[in-house]
Amino acid sequence: MRIAGQKLTGKLAAIYVTVILITIVMLLPFAWMLSASLKLSSEVFVFPIEWIPSNPQWQNYVDIWTKIPLALFIYNTSKLTIIVTLMQLFTSSFAAYAFAKLDFPYKNALFLGYIATIAMPWQVYMVPQFLLMREFGLNNTHLALICLQAFTAFGVFLMRQFYMSIPTELCEAARIDGMNEYQIWAKIMLPLSKPALSTLTIFTFVTTWNDFLGPMIYLTKTELKTIQIGLRMFISQYSAEYGLIMAASVVALIPVLIVFLSLQRFFVEGVASSGIKG
Amino acid sequence: MANSTIAAGGTAVPARRRKVVSRRRRKVQDALVAYSFIAPNFLGFAVFTLGPILFAFVLAFMHWDGSNAITFAGLDNFWRLFEDKAFKDAFWNTIIYTVVSVPATLACALGLAILLNQKILGRDFFRTAMFFPYVASLVAVAVVWNMIFNPEMGPVNMILYTLGLDPKDMPGWAADRHWAMVTVILFGVWKSMGYFMVIYLAGLQGINSELYEAADLDGANAWQKFLYVTVPQLGPTTFFVTVMLTIQSFKVFDQIYMITQGGPGTSTLVLVYHIYNEAFVSWDLGYSSMIALVLFFLVLGITVVQFRRQKED
Repeated sequence: MRIAGQKLTGKLAAIYVTVILITIVMLLPFAWMLSASLKLSSEVFVFPIEWIPSNPQWQNYVDIWTKIPLALFIYNTSKLTIIVTLMQLFTSSFAAYAFAKLDFPYKNALFLGYIATIAMPWQVYMVPQFLLMREFGLNNTHLALICLQAFTAFGVFLMRQFYMSIPTELCEAARIDGMNEYQIWAKIMLPLSKPALSTLTIFTFVTTWNDFLGPMIYLTKTELKTIQIGLRMFISQYSAEYGLIMAASVVALIPVLIVFLSLQRFFVEGVASSGIKG
Repeated sequence: MANSTIAAGGTAVPARRRKVVSRRRRKVQDALVAYSFIAPNFLGFAVFTLGPILFAFVLAFMHWDGSNAITFAGLDNFWRLFEDKAFKDAFWNTIIYTVVSVPATLACALGLAILLNQKILGRDFFRTAMFFPYVASLVAVAVVWNMIFNPEMGPVNMILYTLGLDPKDMPGWAADRHWAMVTVILFGVWKSMGYFMVIYLAGLQGINSELYEAADLDGANAWQKFLYVTVPQLGPTTFFVTVMLTIQSFKVFDQIYMITQGGPGTSTLVLVYHIYNEAFVSWDLGYSSMIALVLFFLVLGITVVQFRRQKED
């Protein structure tokens, strides 16, 4: 017997068995979530587990939209995520171009400012940052979370590393052709940096979509809440409604799943390349 | 000084001066263009990151509840660290979390990477599956984790029960002070190992295959090849992964907030949780910033030590 052009040896069989077992363990919580989301709360913990519910409760997926403002939470999160990601992409690639391809006074000092904070956990300065935002009157606004996430050292660093690998001669040739720096950035650098931009998009999207502590500190009004803290609120309000909680969790996972699956090729490449360079 | 150099130029001064001026103007212009590229990001970064970091260092030496006047505290907040039992617990719990979860995640990630670097059918699917927990929403997976590890009704303990484990020896997981940390660590390893697997995969693909061929010629077996080729060649990757994982472990919060709330007692209270409590529950902002400085120096210290060791190797 041959699989993927290889003869099935004992070693290969062992690899398949191990890989499949690990994959099952990794995905089991998701399967359990999906299965429980279609059950009555009283059936969720029935053992042995009935993986495919005999009496699927599709109603759970209808009820969650009325029990909590789930649609509003999703709207809030999408809004925040899209704005933060666009701003992050624009400001990071813009700044990275100057750091990679232009010469100016205090370049190294400014870049050091970014590098010095890249490893610094946000939690170290979340309290003074909160006080500052409160001073600006940004408490309980989405703007606070945008300001908090749109200007990261990581984004600038990632884009700069990528731009460093693009030959400087390209920019010089464009300058001779009469392009100014903004045109070079827009017409030469941006189109060439698709892999880095996709990596940054995915990282920013996933971090913003899944952010918990930030929204928890800044957003106390229900109508402003994001899906993560909204889901959390739902869980504490209806702690025994297991079926509904699981249905809401599945809904919260879907957008990330779609983005991840459609961009995962870039994601894997991006993580890999940022890892090598780090 | 400037005058004398120009004067020394003699008759050529006017022309050269014009040149110098225009070159200088050109330079200023170039710099302005460069700053215009940096400004949008840097302004935001300076106001919302650099500023608060500096503020944290000031705040640590102040008393403030966020509404009344700020008063200077000197070293009060610092001495308080030594009397605060919760801080001591949070500090050691953070260390324990790090010391266990970093090597565990590293080993799992490396193992997975080696497995999924083989030419097998459906390799991309398996890689995606391993990676998925990393991107999945934490709130959603944490609530599932709590249900699966529910001590009375959860499937994990049900399976242990059918395997013949006595109900009174059953681990209480998140509700049991001896098992709470284990539960949180298991969750952390499960969630993040796929990410580090991808970094290791990139490292593995960077290894020159001639090294393995040479090892084959020398009659090395699989284990020897792993030990004497793979591990040393992956050195830089392992270094990177260790630094990332250590920093990630020091700032662990979300998963603990959702799975154990720092309990039972203080058995899973970690530094960031303590910072959060002191700031947003007790509104003791100065003391909270002092704990944040401890976290800052821990992360800084570990990073410096790791970079030193890397240089020695």
